[in-house]
Amino acid sequence: MRSHAKRLPSRPVILLLQLGVLIAFFLIWHVLTDTKILSPFFFGTPGAVLARTWADFASGVIWYHLGITLLETALAFVIGTVAGIAFGFWFARAPLVSIVFDPYIKAVNALPRVVLAPIFALWLGLGIWSKVALGVTLVFFIVFFNVYQGVKEVSPVVLANARMLGASSRDLFRHVYLPSALSWVFSSLHTAVGFAMVGAVVGEYLGSAAGLGYRIHQAEGVFDTVGVFSGMLVLTIFVVLIDTGVTMIEKRLLHWRPQDNHGGQH
Amino acid sequence: MAEAAAAPALQLEGVTCTFPSPDGRGRSYTAVQGASFTVADGEFVSIVGPTGSGKSTMLNVAAGLLKPSEGRALTFGQPVTGINPKAGYMFQAEALMPWKSALDNVAAGLEFRGVSKAEARERARPWLSRVGLEGFGDRFPHQLSGGMRKRVALAQTLIVDPKIILMDEPFSALDVQTRQMMENELLDLWAADRKSVVFITHDLEEAIAMSDRVLVLSAGPGARLIGEYRIDLDRPRDVAEIRMTPRFLALHQEIWAQLRDEVLKGYAQTKLR
Repeated sequence: MRSHAKRLPSRPVILLLQLGVLIAFFLIWHVLTDTKILSPFFFGTPGAVLARTWADFASGVIWYHLGITLLETALAFVIGTVAGIAFGFWFARAPLVSIVFDPYIKAVNALPRVVLAPIFALWLGLGIWSKVALGVTLVFFIVFFNVYQGVKEVSPVVLANARMLGASSRDLFRHVYLPSALSWVFSSLHTAVGFAMVGAVVGEYLGSAAGLGYRIHQAEGVFDTVGVFSGMLVLTIFVVLIDTGVTMIEKRLLHWRPQDNHGGQH
Repeated sequence: MAEAAAAPALQLEGVTCTFPSPDGRGRSYTAVQGASFTVADGEFVSIVGPTGSGKSTMLNVAAGLLKPSEGRALTFGQPVTGINPKAGYMFQAEALMPWKSALDNVAAGLEFRGVSKAEARERARPWLSRVGLEGFGDRFPHQLSGGMRKRVALAQTLIVDPKIILMDEPFSALDVQTRQMMENELLDLWAADRKSVVFITHDLEEAIAMSDRVLVLSAGPGARLIGEYRIDLDRPRDVAEIRMTPRFLALHQEIWAQLRDEVLKGYAQTKLR
């Protein structure tokens, strides 16, 4: 169907090539550290990193920290998304509110959220909630702006058509505004999940007693580069897994949309 | 047949529509000026006019989507305030909900009227067959061709049984063959239960082939109705064949003589802009 796709090799070949890139990366890393061109002290060695990661999973210590980080990520994601959807709808449907708050929303969004982490730690302590709060401030704005856009971008013709067919304002919300906004929310979910995790890890990094960010910070404190890289590897694996899950949910819920449609705002 | 006492299906009385200019400066734009016409129950009326003559504006007033600056619209004797409940509207642009399947799009109007989802779908199925889309119910709009989407839109409009159907150049985006097929299908559906139709087009041939009456609108801004022609061609008609008949050609010549000047004026206007 799509003309630009016909010259590409088949799926298994692409997967093989992608795997090749991964192997090449580890191979180059291995060769450079093995020949001491890069110091193993500062760069670790892939063998050691993989062995450490394996040992952490085998002994089970990592599960506790991973669980904490995932819980923070999930809470930040859910709270931020629900709040973003609610406020996005409210602002899009109430022009006065949106105009009055516009400069403040922009100001808060422009603020680097990392500087809030110490404040949240002061307010909410070193437990999970200070990390959740940081994640929420990141997720909220992504979802908020996308919902706002989604409601604003509803085709006036589709809207007029639904009204002519007898839609009440509740029908309009359920059958027109919500599906339109959700398509924008979903295109932002990948970014939102990523940011939820950033909030959790950065929060842990800056002050906590558990979580992957905490472990990375601990390893850094004792110049344990292998530990740092191992933590990064675990993080990456789980971000990719979660992202794959989001893609699957997205495909199920947005199957009405043509394949090469807008990608939303990121 | 038509009783003098019966109120017309649609009546516009001195409708004027003025819009503030888009740049926000004081100069406003008058799309339609003092338009008055009636459409009898069961009558098929076309409105032709050059591009930018405010044809859609008049239709939006009749639909209740737009409040006129002056004048008013009546439907079966009742003033139109808010959405006209007697009217169905087929838009020029894509109006289907892209997140609903063809079947759910057709069923939407019934759902909005409080019919349960299951029953609405059950009643939508025969309508899909009537517009020739049996077996396409679970397709989404982007998976259908332009002609098919128009059929879905037609079924979507007709299922709620409007007494007046407002059509804004509904087939203008289709190729000639598909378009003639849709025109014939529309005439068949219309002949089955004689609703009133207000059909807007810039295509004079289409207007004559389908209508009982053709109204001519002058070039905008401030477009007004300048001509009215009764089309006394026999029904049922085939829109492709009827174009060859001498009576059609005579009517076409007569109306075109008036419309041509307006089209030229309209063209000059767009060049000036």
